[in-house]
Amino acid sequence: MRYLPHTDEEIASMLGVVGAASLDDLFSAVPSSCRRNREMNLPEPLSEWDLNRLMRDFSNNVAAPPEYKIFIGAGSYEHHIPQVVPYLLSRSEFVTSYTPYQPEMSQGTLQAIYEYQTLSARLLGMEVANASMYDGASALAEALLMAVRITGKRRVVLSCLIHPHFRSVVQTYLAPTDCEIIELPYRPDGRTDLSSLPSLEDLAALAVQSPNFFGVIEDLKDPAERAHDQGALLIATFTEPLAYGMLKSPGSLGADIASGEGQSLGIPQSFGGPGLGLFATKMSRVRSMPGRLVGRTTDVEGRRGFVLTLATREQHIRREKATSNICTNNSLCAVAATMYMACLGASGIRELAQLNHDKAEHLKKQLRHRGCKIPFESPTFNEFVAEMPPGFAKTRQRLLEQKIVAGLPMESYYPELKNHSLFCVTETKSREDMDDLVKELTL
Amino acid sequence: MKDVLGTTGLILNEPLLWEKGKPGRRGFSLPSRDVEVCLIEKSLASHGPDFPDLSEVDVVRHFTRLSTWNFGVDTGTYPLGSCTMKYNPKINDKCAALPGFAAAHPLLPQELSQGLLKLLFELERYLAEITGMDAVTLQPAAGAQGELTGMLLIHAYHKSRGRKPSKILVPDTAHGTNPASAALCGYRPVPVASNAQGILSVESVAKSMDEDTAGIMITNPNTLGLFEENLRDIVDLVHVKGGLVYGDGANMNAVLGMMDVGCTGVDVLHLNLHKTFSTPHGGGGPGAGPVCVRKHLEPFLPVPRLMEQDAHYVLSDNFPHSIGRLHAFYGNVGVMLRAYSYIRTMGPANLKKASQLAVLNANYVKERLKKTFYLPYDRPCMHECVFTDKVQAGFKVTTLDIGKRLMDYGFHPPTVYFPLVVNGAIMIEPTETESKQDLDLLIESLEAIATEAKENPDLLRQAPTKPKMRRLDETGAARKLCLAG
Repeated sequence: MRYLPHTDEEIASMLGVVGAASLDDLFSAVPSSCRRNREMNLPEPLSEWDLNRLMRDFSNNVAAPPEYKIFIGAGSYEHHIPQVVPYLLSRSEFVTSYTPYQPEMSQGTLQAIYEYQTLSARLLGMEVANASMYDGASALAEALLMAVRITGKRRVVLSCLIHPHFRSVVQTYLAPTDCEIIELPYRPDGRTDLSSLPSLEDLAALAVQSPNFFGVIEDLKDPAERAHDQGALLIATFTEPLAYGMLKSPGSLGADIASGEGQSLGIPQSFGGPGLGLFATKMSRVRSMPGRLVGRTTDVEGRRGFVLTLATREQHIRREKATSNICTNNSLCAVAATMYMACLGASGIRELAQLNHDKAEHLKKQLRHRGCKIPFESPTFNEFVAEMPPGFAKTRQRLLEQKIVAGLPMESYYPELKNHSLFCVTETKSREDMDDLVKELTL
Repeated sequence: MKDVLGTTGLILNEPLLWEKGKPGRRGFSLPSRDVEVCLIEKSLASHGPDFPDLSEVDVVRHFTRLSTWNFGVDTGTYPLGSCTMKYNPKINDKCAALPGFAAAHPLLPQELSQGLLKLLFELERYLAEITGMDAVTLQPAAGAQGELTGMLLIHAYHKSRGRKPSKILVPDTAHGTNPASAALCGYRPVPVASNAQGILSVESVAKSMDEDTAGIMITNPNTLGLFEENLRDIVDLVHVKGGLVYGDGANMNAVLGMMDVGCTGVDVLHLNLHKTFSTPHGGGGPGAGPVCVRKHLEPFLPVPRLMEQDAHYVLSDNFPHSIGRLHAFYGNVGVMLRAYSYIRTMGPANLKKASQLAVLNANYVKERLKKTFYLPYDRPCMHECVFTDKVQAGFKVTTLDIGKRLMDYGFHPPTVYFPLVVNGAIMIEPTETESKQDLDLLIESLEAIATEAKENPDLLRQAPTKPKMRRLDETGAARKLCLAG
């Protein structure tokens, strides 16, 4: 076995040093009540070449771009990833290292994460970002727990236009606590209806997603002011951070915490994970923040360097009093996002965001011409909801046969939205791709 | 000893991203515009974030230089106890990057994702077989989220029986995440001391276990690298009082093919795919923390669950007692793919042999070094061994100094000051992928450092001198916070 370096001779000599008669003998401390009494029933080993074939077969049995044109986002976005990102990311010094507890041996990861914290804070318009969380959903749940810790209040309010899976994860995290979750409905224009907010008391946080699950850009300033009026924090969540390449940032609109998914920033979709939980807040809240943090410092010779810091918030020091049980970040994904943001630069992210917006607007217009209704009139980024003509299910099937996935049916998420689909168009779709989709819709 | 592995190299300085570059440069190939510009409402628009403008070459040199300041398993021996820094096979990365996996959208109609669903279903079955447990969820995104999942399952189980216990037992040899995960479920962790042999005794558990206690969290082998020999009796005792047993499987690399966790009565167990199943740590993540349970906890597992129906694979949400979702989609699939590749490459006999060799390597290091470093529990260990700085403290040299000096010799330091149950712990986990030659070099280096501690302790206190940076001021970093540039 090529991963196991020991020769029989070496094993014999090492057993001699240890004073054991055989490899089995090393396990004398395992009592019979814990022992396995039969061999594991697993497939026999494959050569590298047979494994390649097997994995290729699995992979071929999944519909994926570029063969398939997939017009679905809903929390996972297809974007072009520059070749330099996977290339640099495969540097084994980044891939095969552990959490940078020993800073002298991990300055590469530490500086890259410091740069990640800086660029993600700038993207979100916040003062400080942590070293990342698992994904957008758990990042939102952790943000709500943080707001409960800060305010000492027990009630959190979520917009029903937050990604339905994010809301499910929040429920899971909050279930064993005594916190109450209230959901706000949406308005006819596709934004969150805040009208019931003033009647609610004991609010720790209001969480709003922008762009929201309908693709609609929320006017975060209004919810921020209303939340603050009631002594609550505004948490801005998101699934498509590329939008902030052209939109006002959550921080500039008054958000206290911005936490959401960063997969769009150079990370492959990989069937939904691993992604990247972006998490940022104000400096005044940093000690209540969950997750790892990298800080700048100097070495004994006065040279600039980086270390993990504020570990006194964390589980390995504070144990049950920690701000979270999280003990890692999604480091490699955070480094990928840093590389991606560095490639784009200020003008690149602005232009790319604009292109995403414009392509989605193009499809929106074409669908309208073909008789689809656009039920929510508020501005959108690269996703939008369309009400499809009667009998669209058949059209969708016909498009599937042409390897076009025409949007995400909304009914299972919002039962009232029968025959509605959520479309996503990124820079990966050409005008012809959109034409191919649209022409199947009979007038 | 022969030539020391550690040396200085030609390592270049590199500024921060925003200290280089010039406005107007770009490292991204923007797709051509084939639709008209459509401006958005002014009140919503901004100029975008203040990112530096860099060329592709700027970016490539930047991150290449940064990478050379890091040490990874591919660089050398990384004996970090409790972390299982084994070799990460390269073929696994290639498999995970296949286009059908890397570009798969999680919300496609399920008939379009059958290849992935089948693979993940098989992985669940393999993990069930390896642990001897009945059912598995792959969803938790890390070991700590696996722990949280386990605690939520125990919480849901008690709730379904109308019980609301307030405490949970956590041995002093537990990982720090254990009490933090328990606290998220509202459980007050009650510490249980290990005995003179470094393991749990039935008596000490019996003293704290009562009807108001949800159960116990047991890391086995524990963080001293010792097998919990009284496990079966402790499990029975906890069950009699109505509690459940959570197994922290972070150390599963010691017992593959040797132990049947299911038959010990443990109710729920998490695994770390990034430890036992060889997926890379990535400088701190992403990992994956699947959770295995026995039958009675299956109804509570997170949704969606993978089901097989006539050779067709579906993701089902239809489990009314489920604790719900832990992840926006199905967890870190990219990590699962690597673990699947690893299991298929190893097969049952090699997995078992990996554990045997991991245990052999740890015992070999323990036997060779116990004359040099104080060994608080002198008995056969499993996959890791724990020394302390008791002898070297006599020369006013600490565990930290020893670890830092090891860098100069070309090794990553062991885990230091953990577990807390001994003072000045030096925790070494070699893993099975280190050869005898590599271990001999590590042992000789540590022996040489012990001699230095006696003869020239300043060499240790001043260490390291060979990496790019010398000791960094961690206190200063926390006192004068600078978290962004």
